[in-house]
Amino acid sequence: MNASASSVVSARKLGLTFQTSDGPVHALSVVDLEVEKGDFVSFIGPSGCGKTTFLRVIADLEKNTAGEITVNGMTPEEARKSRCYGYVFQAPALYPWRTIEKNVVLPLEIMGYSKTEQKQRVQRTLDLVNLTGFGKKYPWQLSGGMQQRASIARALAFDADLLLMDEPFGALDEIVRDHLNEQLLKLWAATEKTICFVTHSIPEAVYLSTKIVVMSPRPGRVTDVIHSTLPRERPLEIRETPEFLEIAHRVREGLRAGHSYEE
Amino acid sequence: MRSETFASRIGPVLTIVATIIVIWYAAAVWMNAPFQRDLDRRGDVTSTTMEFIAKTLSQPKPIVPAPHQVAQNVFENTFLRKVSSNRSLVYHSWVTLSSTLAGFAFGTLLGVLIAVGIVHVKALDRSLMPWIIASQTVPILAIAPMVVVVLAAINVTGLIPKALISTYLSFFPVAVGMVKGLRSPDIIQLDLMRTYNASRWQTFWKLRVPASMPFLFTSMKVAVAASLVGAIVAELPTGAAAGIGSKLLAGSYYSQTIDMWAALIAGSLLAVILVTIVGIGARLIDRRMGVRPA
Repeated sequence: MNASASSVVSARKLGLTFQTSDGPVHALSVVDLEVEKGDFVSFIGPSGCGKTTFLRVIADLEKNTAGEITVNGMTPEEARKSRCYGYVFQAPALYPWRTIEKNVVLPLEIMGYSKTEQKQRVQRTLDLVNLTGFGKKYPWQLSGGMQQRASIARALAFDADLLLMDEPFGALDEIVRDHLNEQLLKLWAATEKTICFVTHSIPEAVYLSTKIVVMSPRPGRVTDVIHSTLPRERPLEIRETPEFLEIAHRVREGLRAGHSYEE
Repeated sequence: MRSETFASRIGPVLTIVATIIVIWYAAAVWMNAPFQRDLDRRGDVTSTTMEFIAKTLSQPKPIVPAPHQVAQNVFENTFLRKVSSNRSLVYHSWVTLSSTLAGFAFGTLLGVLIAVGIVHVKALDRSLMPWIIASQTVPILAIAPMVVVVLAAINVTGLIPKALISTYLSFFPVAVGMVKGLRSPDIIQLDLMRTYNASRWQTFWKLRVPASMPFLFTSMKVAVAASLVGAIVAELPTGAAAGIGSKLLAGSYYSQTIDMWAALIAGSLLAVILVTIVGIGARLIDRRMGVRPA
């Protein structure tokens, strides 16, 4: 494997086939991809294109059946065991019997951080996602957007360099979503993490990413990789600029080329 | 506001109680009338309807005792007797209660252990469940005397055989409820644990156990009532000297119907108290776990 030193995720001819009662389903087929350190990579495509599956392979929640993949130069299993990444799911998946604070502490408890360390980190990560003062609340006392922010705090708490986010804002309304996107960019700038972000919103992908991976279904594959020319500093208004619209157009073209608009 | 909800809760209950009492009185008159008529004919007594009804409601050994007779019996044997007296309902209730509680504790423990085994060991999942279900299809009235007699033969008597019957009845709801409870976490919550590389033990304590708490308490409510039934049934064949079961048996031997009904009432009250206590426990745990108030 000749992945460059700065490569965080490196996939070569990656494939994953699920055996189902209706015969094999090719969730991923011949995916080649490099994610560099500090990248913000979005995976976009219609449902069934394998974007979530790809993220789950990186996280060792699914095993690839063909090709190779390394995460931080290790196999995904090794990477998971050395706690290389934080994962944010589609739903907040907060444990309802724990306060926000206790939810953020959960990974730290499991990883055996000391009590004082736990306290500091909870404080710091809650500040980072603008939830200062909400630590003692239970999840049901928070809005959907705040809950998802808490789950991001939980993924950040143990300082993994890689953040995997699976449509984290998919269930939220557009106003909240815009707000969270803006915050996420700030967070990314502040923490210098590498982020892999699954979405099916074109504006979201273009607004957030340094690199947009366009995927198409049956079999799940990569049809285009677009390097964003937008600056790292991005106010929300950037979405009105011709440059932004041009990238969005290219993404849309990529989706169309993958026949994603059929059916 | 609070008293209003209290009133709206207690109202329907009182209505039902009143209805039951009316039906009960009617049934007492109707069931005791033939014997009273017989008695009157032989004694050559003629009485007005009201007098006749009054007599049917004050027989010493009626077929159906009237509510006030039972109430009086319960009151006398609860408050007017020494607690150590053989006629005290408190004494008999305590005897039954102690084996109920012992059996309930064993049963809950056993049920939880079985559930943990079933959830974690695939072989147990496949092999144990059919047996557990089969165990509950055996009529307890058939099993109880055998257990009691066999244990008596090896000199195990008193509380333990009765507690065992309670255990036998109460482990089942807990086992079934806890299997469901320990499996209740979403895939996503389990995946989260996997991304942390959490051990099985950590996943168990930090996710499965807290997620199962509502299931545990629901099944414990069923289990505690079953334990009481088990203890009472176990007292029937032992010729037990004490306990609500023995009181029922003695009552039926000597046609002391009022005593029997009083014992039944004591048993029901005991059940209500036990289920209420478990319910309060559930609410305390709920509060500790930050459950959204309904």
